[in-house]
Amino acid sequence: MAAVRERPMSPHLSIWRWGPHMVVSILHRITGVGLSIAGLAVLTWWLMAISGNADDYSAFTDAASGWFGKLVLIGLTWAFFQHLFSGIRHLVMDTGMGFELKANKTGAVLTIVGSIAATILLWAYWLGALK
Amino acid sequence: MSLGDSATPLGKVRGLGSAREGGEHWLSERATSVALLLLGAWLLASLLLLPTLDQRTLAEWLGKPSGAVPMALLVVIGFWHGLAGMKVVVDDYVHDEANRWAVNIFFLFLAVAGASLALFALGRIAFGAAA
Repeated sequence: MAAVRERPMSPHLSIWRWGPHMVVSILHRITGVGLSIAGLAVLTWWLMAISGNADDYSAFTDAASGWFGKLVLIGLTWAFFQHLFSGIRHLVMDTGMGFELKANKTGAVLTIVGSIAATILLWAYWLGALK
Repeated sequence: MSLGDSATPLGKVRGLGSAREGGEHWLSERATSVALLLLGAWLLASLLLLPTLDQRTLAEWLGKPSGAVPMALLVVIGFWHGLAGMKVVVDDYVHDEANRWAVNIFFLFLAVAGASLALFALGRIAFGAAA
């Protein structure tokens, strides 16, 4: 009886390396959870603050203008753009387009470049304009 | 309202596709994402076009139908889409059926409560109980 040949199993669950598409895929999920929890909480607080009295609103702006508040808002802005751009990419891929290796990789990289660029541009403008 | 059928005729013949409500859920996630694409662009444009971001300016903006209605839509569809996304994450990672049900119900309650609070704030701004 012939010896059982050790053949590689497929898929190679433990043999892989990170690619832009994998990063974007998991970022889409992480930013989605972040926007669902923190993003909607901040939106709701912001609306409640606007609808309340002056103290309510200054409690929000005090928190938002501190270093932690800015970090959260800038983080949410980036999460918004990243989820937006990779969401558009998902909608395109839902039509069956963009699965070629090169196009897929380029699209994935573009969502990251775009989200970082949009976040920097927006906050550079805001931090300048609010001074 | 049905958003359509995610399964193709060929898929149906071959018995492919979701056995339960997955197709409907998937489609509602896409439909709400397209709506949020528009509403997100509206929010961003509005924030950039407003002369200042003080409480009075924001309350005037959200007190008018042109501000209040898109914001109400953003709240409802935002929480809806967030809940749909969280369900995907919960269904992926919470394997015990009873726990999965409990976590999904928790997020359902959280989303309905959060959306209600945000809509209450919008009502208070538009119909002027405070400020």
